[in-house]
Amino acid sequence: MSTPLVSLIDAGKSYQQLDALKSVTMHLNQGEVMGLFGHNGAGKTTMMKLILGVISPSRGKIEVMGMAPDSKEAWHCRSKVGYLPENVSFYEQLTGLEVLTYFSKLKGFTKKHAIDLLEQVGITHAMKRQVKTYSKGMRQRLGLAQAFIGEPKLLLLDEPTVGLDPIATRDFYKTVDQLKSNGSSVILCSHVLPGVEQHIDRAMILSTGQLLAMGTLAELRQQAALPVAIKPIGLNGSVANDSKLNVFLTANCPNTLMVPEQEKIQVLKQLLSHEGLDDLQVETANLEQVYQHFLSLHESSAQTPSTKTPGVQG
Amino acid sequence: MKQILTVANKEFHDGLRNRWLISITLIFALLSIGLTYFGAAASGAVGVASLSTTVASLASLAVFLIPLIALLLSYDSFVGEQESGTLLLLLTYPLSKSQLLLGKFIGQGSIIALATLLGFGSSAVLLYFQLGDTAIITSFAVFIVSAILLGLSFTAISYLISLSVSEKSKAAGFALITWFLFALAFDLALLALLVGVEQGISQGGLTQLMMLNPADIFRLVNLSGLDSSDVNGALAVAINASLSQEQLFTALFAWVVLPLSIAIFIFKRKKL
Repeated sequence: MSTPLVSLIDAGKSYQQLDALKSVTMHLNQGEVMGLFGHNGAGKTTMMKLILGVISPSRGKIEVMGMAPDSKEAWHCRSKVGYLPENVSFYEQLTGLEVLTYFSKLKGFTKKHAIDLLEQVGITHAMKRQVKTYSKGMRQRLGLAQAFIGEPKLLLLDEPTVGLDPIATRDFYKTVDQLKSNGSSVILCSHVLPGVEQHIDRAMILSTGQLLAMGTLAELRQQAALPVAIKPIGLNGSVANDSKLNVFLTANCPNTLMVPEQEKIQVLKQLLSHEGLDDLQVETANLEQVYQHFLSLHESSAQTPSTKTPGVQG
Repeated sequence: MKQILTVANKEFHDGLRNRWLISITLIFALLSIGLTYFGAAASGAVGVASLSTTVASLASLAVFLIPLIALLLSYDSFVGEQESGTLLLLLTYPLSKSQLLLGKFIGQGSIIALATLLGFGSSAVLLYFQLGDTAIITSFAVFIVSAILLGLSFTAISYLISLSVSEKSKAAGFALITWFLFALAFDLALLALLVGVEQGISQGGLTQLMMLNPADIFRLVNLSGLDSSDVNGALAVAINASLSQEQLFTALFAWVVLPLSIAIFIFKRKKL
């Protein structure tokens, strides 16, 4: 299928005076994982609600699986969409299995399906216990199991790894990768998550309802033109004395060279020529730094130029 | 329809789990059996009182209790789920707002209806075995059906409250005020109108005013069939100009359908 699974064309949502989401245009293809990043109030949840069809756009057009998600025709598509809300506390007095069975039935699946899902997220041992006895991580797993009901074609996950321990996080990403290889599309919504990078195809950065940047990580990194951090070990003071190298040193991190991408190889060669070099760490800008970059760029363009911060930061 | 039943089933089981069904049934059973046997105590005798006295005292108690119980049972149905986030989640499911509302109504309504039937039905059966009078069955049938309608009406009214506010505690406050207005204040106001304003209101007018309160319709349904010697106060006046039983039941039924329709309307326009 060449048509995108989800497309937003100049879509926006306003509440009275507040523009929760300004015009956003984006397309999500089948089998694609999109990361949606932004602070609280950036419009992430609004965008998800628009795609889910829970609210209608104030302007622009939204299509999910070829239909407007808030229309009557899109009704039967809803069982193919999974959603994990950001703050959800399931019926406390019910057991995990009862909660999931209820949600499964509403999507037209059986109790058996619910049991399988609970096994998949690893809370089979607690499924006969009331949800009120669950820990934060277990609740989150239950929420994920809920989103996975019926092998959805489209998954919208709001802060999916909050409260998950590292192993559960790894299991979660494994499931995402698996769903992706089955042709499902995923929108992962988050403040910046460590470890999310290798699981997403593209990223979107939102701030105060505005789309700041969108693209693959490589594209975003290029766009941001952030320097590479090179940390030589064992050279002691000789870097500061080397006139080719000391220009890349900054005051706040005296042992790290901040080098523009295109000069990276040049600098590395220079460093390798030093006798005392024991080890070398090369770090390209991670998602978090890219994210910070676009946000600070947006803030400085919104504010007066005098408050502008220096471009290069650790 | 399947969706409605799934929701209804869940709500009904919630009612069982929270011991709502058992406690309401017990309250009603104890009350009605107690009133049946000791209702005559006021006139100095212990034993089964006359049927009309029993029904009259049951009705005047039920008119306070049933609305209170219905409001308590349902005031947080929507605002509670909104606070916990499940309402938003449910609406992303293939489940329409009216299906969700009707499902809840059927589930919680069944709890009230079943509790009323079992609670008051038990004393009807007991009384029937004691007296063997078939009139008991018919008067209790009227009483139970109207009590169920009264309960359903206040369930629908509590949905209105639950959908109109954004906090659970506010919903509780409004539910209490609603109960106070319908169960107490309305009658006092009517009485004040009757006594305070000379030539102000005719009997017909009074009865029409009473149609504005489901609790009063319930009273009229149950008291109009009785000897008026057992009934006094503002009601006695109204009963003399009474409407037919069918009309009263229709009015009570309208008090179920109307709030429910308005609740669906509000829900559909509600922002999430």
